[in-house]
Amino acid sequence: MSAFLASIRRDLLLALRRRSEVITSLFFFVIVVSLFPLGIGPEPALLKKVAPGVLWVAALLATLLGLPRLFAADHIDGTLEQMALSPSSFGLLVAGKIAAHWLLCGLPLVLLAPLLGLQFGLDAPALGVLMLALLLGTPLLSLIGAIGAALTLGVRGGGVLLALLVLPLYIPALIFGAGAAEAHGAGLDAGGHFALLAALLALAVFFAPWATTAALKVALE
Amino acid sequence: MNLIQWFRFASPQSFYPLAGRMIPWFWTLAALFGIAGLWVAFFVAPTDAQQGEGYRIIFVHVPASWMSMFIYMVMAFWAGLGLALGTRLSGMMAQALAPTGALMAALSLWTGALWGKPMWGTWWVWDARLTSELILFFLYIGFIALQSAIDDPRRADKAGAILALVGVVNIPIIYFSVKWWNTLHQGSTINLTRAPSMAQTMLLGMLLMALAFWMYSIAVALTRARAIMLERERHTEWVKHAVD
Amino acid sequence: MHNDAMLTVTDLACSRGERRLFSGVSFTLKAGEWLHVQGENGAGKTSLLRLLVGLSPADAGTIHWRDEPAPAAGFHRELLYLGHHAAVKDELTPLENLRYAAALDGIALDEGIALAALARLGLRGREDLPVRVLSAGQKRRVLLARLLTRPAVLWVLDEAFNALDTGAVRLLGELIGEHLAGGGMAVLTSHQPLPLPGGRSLLL
Repeated sequence: MSAFLASIRRDLLLALRRRSEVITSLFFFVIVVSLFPLGIGPEPALLKKVAPGVLWVAALLATLLGLPRLFAADHIDGTLEQMALSPSSFGLLVAGKIAAHWLLCGLPLVLLAPLLGLQFGLDAPALGVLMLALLLGTPLLSLIGAIGAALTLGVRGGGVLLALLVLPLYIPALIFGAGAAEAHGAGLDAGGHFALLAALLALAVFFAPWATTAALKVALE
Repeated sequence: MNLIQWFRFASPQSFYPLAGRMIPWFWTLAALFGIAGLWVAFFVAPTDAQQGEGYRIIFVHVPASWMSMFIYMVMAFWAGLGLALGTRLSGMMAQALAPTGALMAALSLWTGALWGKPMWGTWWVWDARLTSELILFFLYIGFIALQSAIDDPRRADKAGAILALVGVVNIPIIYFSVKWWNTLHQGSTINLTRAPSMAQTMLLGMLLMALAFWMYSIAVALTRARAIMLERERHTEWVKHAVD
Repeated sequence: MHNDAMLTVTDLACSRGERRLFSGVSFTLKAGEWLHVQGENGAGKTSLLRLLVGLSPADAGTIHWRDEPAPAAGFHRELLYLGHHAAVKDELTPLENLRYAAALDGIALDEGIALAALARLGLRGREDLPVRVLSAGQKRRVLLARLLTRPAVLWVLDEAFNALDTGAVRLLGELIGEHLAGGGMAVLTSHQPLPLPGGRSLLL
């Protein structure tokens, strides 16, 4: 467990020393979301209706933007080899890196989403539902994305390939996440959506680090 | 005893001639089932009261959809086997199956669109099945792209295997979520699954066509697997003998 | 206590793609012994080391550590592998690099030991500068400081003598000598003659 925490702390410290990368993907999120009203027109009712979908798709893309860097630097400078040969469990170290990715690329999206939701005319309860859905959904994006990042590590055209592999797997998260806000908007209970998101998250917490570790071992061979 | 036999054929060297002997049989079966299926589809099955003659495309559409899903399962099975036992043949089989699976998914989407246009006046409906099929097609493309992006075949096999297994865990989740999404958005009332009570002959035609597709898939996958074997093991003695 | 430590390699073979790099590599290494792996560029020195530590699977042959097939439980605790790459983060200081390397390994590192290790490698006064501003040789010394901060029985060092000045080469020779005298063992690759007595060489 201490290895897991050390892995998180290390990645957070590294991100702190090169802040621009995290901030770039946040601004990407803001810009993509802001483009939609310009593309589809400023009609309030329409914007309110598409807001959850737009925010979720933008969140998927913003997460995707940071994924190629998740393991790349450690792979190039040999740290990943050291982790694989560490007396600590490689799986826990990898899980720590995934957790750090969520703290750096997922959590800021959750915190920023209400501000952007205001631009789309969402009211306070709707913003709450949106935030909760993102809070459950963004770790899922990091976990699934890590598998793709590990599979495409050091591979030709890795970034584009990563999007191709990961985006179809993001669809359930998108459906339940955006669906929660939409159900709320339609006056329905969003509880079912949250339960399903939480179930998917539990499944991913269990399987994704394992699959990621297996993929990283293949990449290190 | 059985296990030992199995492992003997798990080496490309002994599988290559075996596959060569099996391929003509599967082609023959595919042709026979195909002729029978098409005959039932075009001449025996009655004209549908609501949909006229156009519905007959389901004799291609439905078997293609079935095969596209089935092949992914088989591919994941080979991939998992290869990952667990480290047999060279497994990766080759998974790689050989993927293009056929993608073809089936594409065929299913294409015929679905062709069916949709005369029936409902639109090429595409965001129906749960069509959408899942589209995502399945994406998964196949991802698998093929990942394998072809990695030069070392051993790494390509393992990476592909992990992706196929992740995909197989996700397919039911994706299918379920898309279905949920579809029922939530009551926009389209069209449902491809609610076929009019299916006549016996229609079912027979579909089954025959499914068998034809199945045999075709095996024949093509084996042919492709043989080519992959030759390519990957071209530096070995047995390939030099086999090519002579 | 390390007297029973033994690395036994039997009939190891490795290929890259279609090319067979080496086959039939066998050797035994006991406490206090070291092996110098030699060969031309591309002969498979690095590949051999990667097989030894368990990063990649061998085509044929076996590797035993303490008479158990490696990597058995506890093997990684007794192994220290320093590869081609620096495995040193530019953004962190030398001290932080050592501290986090130990933390990832789940090993408590006393600050005094870390500082002493850096001092011995000639990095006194540079403990708190980002590695980014150090020279390539100094960066390499930060990595080598791990030899002092990470206890291990088997050292596997790939081209550890590269990018070092003569003083550092002599120092590394001393470190390895002390390690062997304490019952450790080492597998090294290098193109240059090593300032180290004894040892066997393996030509690939």
